[in-house]
Amino acid sequence: MKSAQSIASINDFVIKFANVNGSGSASANELFARAVMRMGVPVAPRNIFPSNIQGLPTWYEVRVSEAGWLGARGGCDMMIAMNPQTWDRDVASLDAGGYLFYDSTKPMPASKFRDDITVLGVPLTAMCNREYTDPRQRQLFKNVMYVGALIALLDMEFGVAEALIVDRYRGKDPLIQANVHALRLGYDYVRAYLPCPIGLTIRRADAVGDRIFIDGNSACGLGAVYGGATVTGWYPITPSTSVIESFTSYCRKYRTDPDSGHARYAAVQAEDELASIGMVIGAAWNGARAFTATSGPGISLMQEFFGLAYFAEIPAVIFDVQRGSPSTGMPTKTQQSDLVACAYASHGDTRHVLLFPENPYECFTFGALAFDLADRLQTPVFVLSDLDMGMNESLCKPFDWDDSRRYDRGKLMTYEELEAGKDFGRYLDVDGDGIPYRTIPGTHPTKGAYFTRGTTRNAYAKYSESGADYVYNMERLRRKFDTAKNLVPAPVLHAASQPTRFGAIHYGSTSPAMAEASALLEADGIHVDTLRVCGFPFCDEILQFIADHEQVFVVEQNESGQLRSLLINEGEIDPKKLVRVLHYDGSPITARFISGRIADALSDRKISPIRKVAS
Amino acid sequence: MTYLAKPKLLSADAPRNALGYTRRDYEGAISTLCAGCGHDSISASIVQACFDLDIEPHKVAKLSGIGCSSKTPDYFLGNSHGFNSVHGRMPSVLTGAALANRNLLYLGVSGDGDSASIGIGQFAHAMRRGVNMTYIVENNGVYGLTKGQFSATADKGSKSKKGVLNSDSPIDLAALALQLGATYVARSFSGDKEQLVPLIKGALRHNGPALIDVLSPCVTFNNHSGSTRSYDYVRQHNEAVNRVEVILPRDPIETSYPPGSLRRIVQHDGSILHLRKLDVDYDPSDRIGAMNHLQERQALGEIVTGLLYVDSSAQDMHSHLNTVEKPLNQLGDAYLCPGSKALEALNALLR
Ligand SMILES: Cc1ncc(C[n+]2csc(CCOP(=O)(O)OP(=O)(O)O)c2C)c(N)n1
Ligand code: SF4
Repeated sequence: MKSAQSIASINDFVIKFANVNGSGSASANELFARAVMRMGVPVAPRNIFPSNIQGLPTWYEVRVSEAGWLGARGGCDMMIAMNPQTWDRDVASLDAGGYLFYDSTKPMPASKFRDDITVLGVPLTAMCNREYTDPRQRQLFKNVMYVGALIALLDMEFGVAEALIVDRYRGKDPLIQANVHALRLGYDYVRAYLPCPIGLTIRRADAVGDRIFIDGNSACGLGAVYGGATVTGWYPITPSTSVIESFTSYCRKYRTDPDSGHARYAAVQAEDELASIGMVIGAAWNGARAFTATSGPGISLMQEFFGLAYFAEIPAVIFDVQRGSPSTGMPTKTQQSDLVACAYASHGDTRHVLLFPENPYECFTFGALAFDLADRLQTPVFVLSDLDMGMNESLCKPFDWDDSRRYDRGKLMTYEELEAGKDFGRYLDVDGDGIPYRTIPGTHPTKGAYFTRGTTRNAYAKYSESGADYVYNMERLRRKFDTAKNLVPAPVLHAASQPTRFGAIHYGSTSPAMAEASALLEADGIHVDTLRVCGFPFCDEILQFIADHEQVFVVEQNESGQLRSLLINEGEIDPKKLVRVLHYDGSPITARFISGRIADALSDRKISPIRKVAS
Repeated sequence: MTYLAKPKLLSADAPRNALGYTRRDYEGAISTLCAGCGHDSISASIVQACFDLDIEPHKVAKLSGIGCSSKTPDYFLGNSHGFNSVHGRMPSVLTGAALANRNLLYLGVSGDGDSASIGIGQFAHAMRRGVNMTYIVENNGVYGLTKGQFSATADKGSKSKKGVLNSDSPIDLAALALQLGATYVARSFSGDKEQLVPLIKGALRHNGPALIDVLSPCVTFNNHSGSTRSYDYVRQHNEAVNRVEVILPRDPIETSYPPGSLRRIVQHDGSILHLRKLDVDYDPSDRIGAMNHLQERQALGEIVTGLLYVDSSAQDMHSHLNTVEKPLNQLGDAYLCPGSKALEALNALLR
């Protein structure tokens, strides 16, 4: 059934594993991805999973790209079809010339295959039934077996996967032996009975460098540890829960007092998101660094408290791992659709500082930075990640930390300063940057205490209903927001190889797809400068970038073009100048999508010759 | 509206406590509540309790929600940091504050609307979490600040000022606190300072969640004849189970009560609660007994006051979380940041 033109590619293809949720395939699939990485070839795996614990279909897609493209590619060159329920869909989704790997224990009618693909059958169930008596073992080792088969089919080094198993189960020898045995069974079967290698092969390369492989949520949790967070109040929600799990597990490791065994942190699972942000605000008011992690529905619930923290000027850090919305929307799918909700969260004239990491490295660095910014600005700071970045492992720069760095606790009035008679007005703009001084409860017996409230007050924190006091306060808050412009990370510019009238703005997890899309467009003679926005408020460079280009594509993963709206609103930009490139079906945006949309838009506008856009 | 600062005049012979502070040092801004509002008497009782216990005002953090009652923290302990948060959500803010610094005293002040309606979830969870705090509900059966709607503690069958009959059953916050695991539960009446001040003192010295449900008539919206929260009604139906006296470790122990009617409870910090029993059968260390007693008396139309329950060996949230002795907000960079070496090791594990 082998087609004439099977796909042939070294170190550049997409393999998809179709599994049943809860069948224990996740660790086997990850073993495969890591083995590719250990062979020095960059991988970008993505989980595609349902909002269900067991039984429903799940996919794990591994993009192998020696060129280093980490965005989703789209399409599929090889399908590991382990889920009978999705068989038809899975077979149909293979690119022509692709490879279908399946459990051939039960014969399949010819109508269930395609004649333009290569079918590779291994009787996995039969092999497992022969080898194991325990049903759970039969299930789990079947997964390891197909990884062994893949190692042979793709001509990978067996020892690499073996070493990974040894690392994973270090100290548990029986587990190591059993897993390596299953791996070997799959490997040997393929070597004996199937023609291998197939057209897709992995060849040892040196394209991974010193990069690490971690998911964004773990990196956010680590960022909170390095950022000095000691208190978290949180409530479970996909896809943010693992931020907290990561924080607490790193804290157990790094923040357990060696002498007493006591914890140098407190993590409280709150009764809901209202309470979780309330705890964060209470803790931060009292001088601790505090954060919560949530997703869209949690952001909705926290609104009133965001307004309080903004107006009462209390630091708070919120990791928002965005998912498909509105409402519960697609809870296990990715989007970038909380941008406006976070930027202007709460009633009235509120505006908040947002940070947009692009990968786990920045989840860590921006995560840690968020605490400095929140303290410096005395305001909530949102770190906007998303499901794609948060829940999938990704290659990124290794983490680093400057040991001479000290936490910026912002303008804290001390006992000594109060004692020396320094004037303390809680909401007084002493330095002209809009940021007042604060005192921490308990600082001084008779000086510096003040009353925090969400109602208007004068500069000395005394209750006031005076319009003038309110206006003074709002103007100062606006000044503070302007100050924030220069504190959030600067945007990152990638200039096209030739001068161009066209620009593209994007942010967060869109980044790898955007980079690849630029390359695809360049190959077609279309040149686009790209700018990655890293924070809100928008600094002048972003507005300058827009001013410098005739047409700017705003690439994002939501239906309404939220980044575009924010740019128009904040930068007072002519909407005609900003062209929407929107992807919002819940899957991660791909380079093919972006480049296709941009190329189409340019040809639609009859901008000719599109291949010679240099001005 | 203008808000006048309190006159600083002080007579030279004003009594001073062990810290050298006068009662004035425990006061705050001038109250803007209606003259005669029960809440003001509660503020005065808080002032008295803190003065008597020689509490350093700046070691108290006072937090509240929204409502007339929640405004009151501005009117006492002017040298304490205060936080008027959002409606019904004081408990979480207080919980966070208590997580940050276990060494301050936490005083939560709330209303019955604030705690029993919008905030009942947070109220419940703060109790079950064992937050070390004194939580005072200034309970008037109505929403004062929004002008007289029934709150969830209003008795079934009671009438609003406009003559509307309340057809919903009331929530009894003290009974709820007992059920939820609060380790110090009391009820009192704003008009009975003699009872209320020692109850507040006992709560402040208690290690764990202490609830005091204080009936506090709203003279403007709920002091009429059909109300079961008016001054007259509460005075007539008040049944105290005990009288409390708080004896600090350094005070001489009072033994003037006749034996048999006196019960001593030693709290975590060494302070002693002297409970002079009015109801001979009442045992304040029996949680289930307390719940039953409340229900029985309520069925008879009585309002039970006094210290309903105390667990003198209570543990607080910090011991459940096993946190370090030193307040989390005082841990320096070196205690918090694992540094570059740890990251290098971690990077190696992630390849
Ligand atoms: C979210 C929200 N909803 C409604 C209000 C309006 N509100 C202010 S105070 C209050 C009731 C206060 O009642 P209670 O807690 O019993 O205090 P009291 O005024 O009686 O002392 C309400 C409903 C608000 N401030 N916030
Ligand atoms: S309205 Fe009622 S509760 Fe509010 S201040 Fe007046 S008397 Fe007190």
